[in-house]
Amino acid sequence: MPEAVFVRPDSLSDVSTHYCPGCTHGIIHRLVAEVIDELGIRDRTVGVAPVGCSVLAYNYFDCDFHEAAHGRAPAVATGIKRARPDLAVFSYQGDGDLASIGMAEIVHCANRGEKITVVFVNNAIYGMTGGQMAPTTMPGQVATTCQMGRDVDLVGHPIRVAELISTLRTPAFIARASSHSPLAAVNAKEMLRRAFTYQVEERCFSLVEVLSTCPTNWGLTPAESTEWLEKTMLPYYPLGVFKTPDGDDRAPLPRKP
Amino acid sequence: MQNDVIMAGFGGQGILLIGKMLAYAGMQDGKEVSWLPSYGPEMRGGTCNCTVVISDKPVGSPVIQNPGAVLAMNLPSLEKFEADVRPGGYLLINTSLIERACKRDDIRIIDVPANTIAQDLGNPRGANMVALGAYVGATGAVSMEQVEAVVRQTFAAKPSVIDVNLEALHKGYDLGREFAATASGGAAS
Amino acid sequence: MAKKLMKGAEAIGEAAVQAGCHLFFGYPITPQNEIPEYLSSRMPQVGGAFVQAESEVASINMLYGAAGAGERVMTSSSSPGISLMAEGISYCAGAELPVVIVNIMRAGPGLGGILPSQADYFQTTKGMAHGDFRLLALAPWSIQEAADLVQDAFDLADYYRNPVMVVGDGLIGQMMEPVEFYEDRQPIKELPPKTWASTGWKRDRPKAIINSLFLDPAELERHNFHLKEKYDLMERDEVRFATYGAVDSADVVIIAYGTVARVCLSAIEALEQEGIKVAMVRPITLWPFPYKAVREVASKAKDILVVELSTGQMIEDVRLALHRPRPIHFHCRLGGMLVSPEEVIDKVKAIKAGTSEEVQHA
Repeated sequence: MPEAVFVRPDSLSDVSTHYCPGCTHGIIHRLVAEVIDELGIRDRTVGVAPVGCSVLAYNYFDCDFHEAAHGRAPAVATGIKRARPDLAVFSYQGDGDLASIGMAEIVHCANRGEKITVVFVNNAIYGMTGGQMAPTTMPGQVATTCQMGRDVDLVGHPIRVAELISTLRTPAFIARASSHSPLAAVNAKEMLRRAFTYQVEERCFSLVEVLSTCPTNWGLTPAESTEWLEKTMLPYYPLGVFKTPDGDDRAPLPRKP
Repeated sequence: MQNDVIMAGFGGQGILLIGKMLAYAGMQDGKEVSWLPSYGPEMRGGTCNCTVVISDKPVGSPVIQNPGAVLAMNLPSLEKFEADVRPGGYLLINTSLIERACKRDDIRIIDVPANTIAQDLGNPRGANMVALGAYVGATGAVSMEQVEAVVRQTFAAKPSVIDVNLEALHKGYDLGREFAATASGGAAS
Repeated sequence: MAKKLMKGAEAIGEAAVQAGCHLFFGYPITPQNEIPEYLSSRMPQVGGAFVQAESEVASINMLYGAAGAGERVMTSSSSPGISLMAEGISYCAGAELPVVIVNIMRAGPGLGGILPSQADYFQTTKGMAHGDFRLLALAPWSIQEAADLVQDAFDLADYYRNPVMVVGDGLIGQMMEPVEFYEDRQPIKELPPKTWASTGWKRDRPKAIINSLFLDPAELERHNFHLKEKYDLMERDEVRFATYGAVDSADVVIIAYGTVARVCLSAIEALEQEGIKVAMVRPITLWPFPYKAVREVASKAKDILVVELSTGQMIEDVRLALHRPRPIHFHCRLGGMLVSPEEVIDKVKAIKAGTSEEVQHA
């Protein structure tokens, strides 16, 4: 018998996805699924899908799922986790969902220290609705609602979610990874593993921002897209671990006089 | 048989508390009761009032426009509710804080120097208890035993104040009983 | 348990706990703050969770998650907060989640005021939010009934897998009355286990997906028809109302709900003393509305009077109930002002004297 060296993770359903060619959602789904498999928690994992390109994630992950309203995945995840602390709960959200309409929910969920894991996929654009400007769209980047390119004087600079969330004092694991190359993906999986592990150990809230490509709405080929991500996004969105529950506190309490 | 009363005064005079105690005593007497506070911005430091209904049958309207009794603990309360008392009803006036007399002659007016009595007892915060006692004494809306039991229960955490409050309650009660026993306690003149 | 003198808000909170609800998510808004305040200390005592959410929008979505995980869950708010929750309530209806929402109504529109009102009748009964859904709505008139209906609401929500709203006015939130909780209370419905809940998939049942998204129109149509079947059942089985007074021979029949109906009952009793025969139909479920009961009592009465703390929202349902055009009289107070028994008495006398103007309709 030949040995299988590459199989579909148990936590992914045996179906084709609707994602566009060159989109890295599929890779990120797989990384999440592998981590769930390896931690052996599939049968007690509940996912929360967003509104956005990954709205149908519940069809792709082979575990119980909630489909949330736009931006509300962290609130839904809070409800599940508070109802059933024994479950492993993760939300899977894009940049419009998490960083625009759902900004309040993600900030407060993180700040309460809900012991859930957030997979935040940042591809610098609204994909599902057809390429509108996102809170994470790069300066000068063309989108259907900023056709001359993002003008930071008019709409401000892109929001760095990992940095923003890591200013919160509540212990958490906050990291940024990318999916544009095999090496980056290996690193992303490691970040996801740490994030889920912190949850399984009932330690803290965890969020991994994963940079992703959108060839369709960027108007680039898949290969050009990975290059664009590396050249344009990486300098603005540095990869790394921004906060760990054991790390130095970025916002110490004021000293008593 | 229904007794209804609007109790009114400054925030901090313990008006809502004696209203609740009255309702509680009524419930312990086996009556149907409701306690309805005024709420909103006026709760913050201004005047406050509550309506208590004690009835032999389920309470209909908890909102009473023309109550059978008004307990006015300060002047703004008297001005607000004086005209609303049902003809033949009771108006208890805290004469320690209200200098002017009532203008009506179709209701039963009871002067209750609540703060003065409380002060004389060395319990200046007990004016509300004096007023509650006077209302119960005059109207017999609830049994005094139950009011006493409620006082004991309300101040269970501070046993030292139980006796002084019972004393204030009884002073007021005696005043109310006395009023009821006199000619002016009968049908309004 | 013995009778306890309880504030409405506390009774509502305790009723939820007694009904086995151990999860509450909410956001502060007057005049219902005593509900979350009570539950913030009560929930930990029963091993449950209380979360003060960042907004009403977040609250209702926390309910979505908790209900999807199979647990009983409640939120409470007041009118503007309910508007913010409307989107999430639609999602709960679409995903068929049993959630209980308490609305202690205040006067509007906009920020309005914080005093009692029934201004949210349309919002509660006519859809509330986007999509084609219904909300079972229960309107208590006393604190005891509020406590009872909150417990029933959980059973009804679970049975129909649908949001249920308990609608009170500010009086219900703030008033104190004796309340009794019954230790041997049984569910009012036979409740099957929640095998549909999303609780971790051991591959021993179909994968549980809590969802309101149906991109295939044929599938969504099936879903819509399925929801309609539930709403039809609710209309058939869940109508609740009470009648009072001279229902067979009234000069005037009053239609009123909530605490306003108590005010009307006091008026009815006073009018009876004067030989004026008045009946009342009190809807307890605002949706489904007791059309039949209103029609039957109205058919035997000379005149019809609707009394509400709104500009006449319930008149529409009363007209629907009548089947044929009949004069309707109306009395209201607005903005947080309350109807008094005296006003109702005067109105009834004016109707009898022919000096009350009918409600005009185009």
